[in-house]
Amino acid sequence: MQFVLLIVAVVVVVWMVGAYNGLIALKNQTVNAWKQIDVQLKRRHDLIPNLVNTVKGSMEFEKETLDAVVSARSRAMQGGGGVKETAAAEGALSGALGKLFVVMENYPDLKSSQNVRDLQEELSSTENKIAFARQLYNDVATKYNTKQMQFPTNLVAGMAKATPAELWEIEDASERAVPQVDLSLGKKPPAA
Amino acid sequence: MTEALNLFEQQARNRRQTVAWLVLFILFFAWIGFGGDAVLYFGSVDEAGAAHYTVPFIGLGATLVAALIAWTSYKGGAKRVLWSAGARELTAPGTHEEKQLLNVVEEMAIAAGLPMPKVYVVEDHDPNAFATGTGPETACIAVTSGLLTTLNREELQGVIGHEMSHVRNLDVRLMTLIAALAGAVVLLSDGLGRFFRGGGGRMIGGRGGGRGKGGAGAIALVILVLWVITLILAPIIVRLMAMAVSRNREYLADATGAELTRNPLALAGALQKIESAAAPTTSIKRGTAHLCVADPLGRKVNLKEGFLANVFGTHPPMAVRIARLKGMGFQQAKAAGGLPSA
Repeated sequence: MQFVLLIVAVVVVVWMVGAYNGLIALKNQTVNAWKQIDVQLKRRHDLIPNLVNTVKGSMEFEKETLDAVVSARSRAMQGGGGVKETAAAEGALSGALGKLFVVMENYPDLKSSQNVRDLQEELSSTENKIAFARQLYNDVATKYNTKQMQFPTNLVAGMAKATPAELWEIEDASERAVPQVDLSLGKKPPAA
Repeated sequence: MTEALNLFEQQARNRRQTVAWLVLFILFFAWIGFGGDAVLYFGSVDEAGAAHYTVPFIGLGATLVAALIAWTSYKGGAKRVLWSAGARELTAPGTHEEKQLLNVVEEMAIAAGLPMPKVYVVEDHDPNAFATGTGPETACIAVTSGLLTTLNREELQGVIGHEMSHVRNLDVRLMTLIAALAGAVVLLSDGLGRFFRGGGGRMIGGRGGGRGKGGAGAIALVILVLWVITLILAPIIVRLMAMAVSRNREYLADATGAELTRNPLALAGALQKIESAAAPTTSIKRGTAHLCVADPLGRKVNLKEGFLANVFGTHPPMAVRIARLKGMGFQQAKAAGGLPSA
């Protein structure tokens, strides 16, 4: 009888260790995925002044659009808030950038400049990287959240100090529309 | 959750099959070696029933060689594949297209949550791409220059997403290993075949026939026949197995690739363009065909469905792949509310 109890105890302990480690692994993955987003957001913040300086001369008449981008950037850079605040600020920045790209369509000579084309590729790629990093973060965070709520893993969730991770929701309708904007990358430029 | 389970199942399956291929490969070489020894052993039995050939040198040698080949294939297979395709690593992008390629690969690496793979370009006008390496840390993705000029950014992303799923599912490890091992089997078979045509066979045959006595001689003959048959069939069987491994994994890579980009229609468009380009990718050799996103040899058999295509194609029929991706795109649009529900 004691033998059976011992086996049961061992099984329970082994399971607890496994479940605990699983939760910790998911927690670290969530944190890492968030760092990925952070890296890309910083990259975007760094790229924007370049773009603004390059197009400023040719786009005198679009001062509002440029100002909107600059102020959205500085607001986004203040940071400090949680996932929701960051998401909102960065969403606004994406929207402002999207508008700038649309307006830039009206300046053919600007668009044909190699420098601007490279910058635009860098920025739209960063935009994509943010989106994909967010996709990964949301997937991992959802898995983590589900795991800590499910029975019986939820029994060790307290021990692993697991708390639900906040998802990065896309609320802004204008941001949703950004990927739809054709940045002329759909068409191949004439061979260089 | 089911998606994650599928991924782990897929990885586990690929790990198992990698081990199975290594074991089978070494067993094959061992049989070729020890089989040869057996023929010599029974052939050397003299009148008194004593064998003169007692130490199986060939078998021991062949097994050792096989283990060495397997090990170097596992370690250096990726390098050999890239070298045979004439791929150059893209470290300092010169053109706009190359910068875009690096960006797209990094985007897909982020989406898959994997480290950034090395990127290679193959100078070839035919659009194609392949991935190789022993795992996510050593993965390499190669595309032809034709792919860069033919596809737009979204389509390129679709193709890279497909290759990135091969990396994530550990398909690349298995398929690169198969490429190297299949090469070694073909080489052994060709080499021994030439040896026998060149008179080496008479030596063994003469010995077996002359000295062998009764039962021993018959056993030697049976083993010899079996031995020659395996040697002839091995390259064909290996190639068929490689094709089966590849075919099964293409649909899955299409699906998981679309999951990464969330844009199945882009990959469908890319496949359509690749198919209509249709010219064979000359820089990619037969042995590495199963690594590519689309069959580089432009074989007709890959266009059809049915038994023949199932046995001899390295890739599922293009039309079916495109149709499945379009189906995914339709489901996605419906879920997003872009379409009236049917």
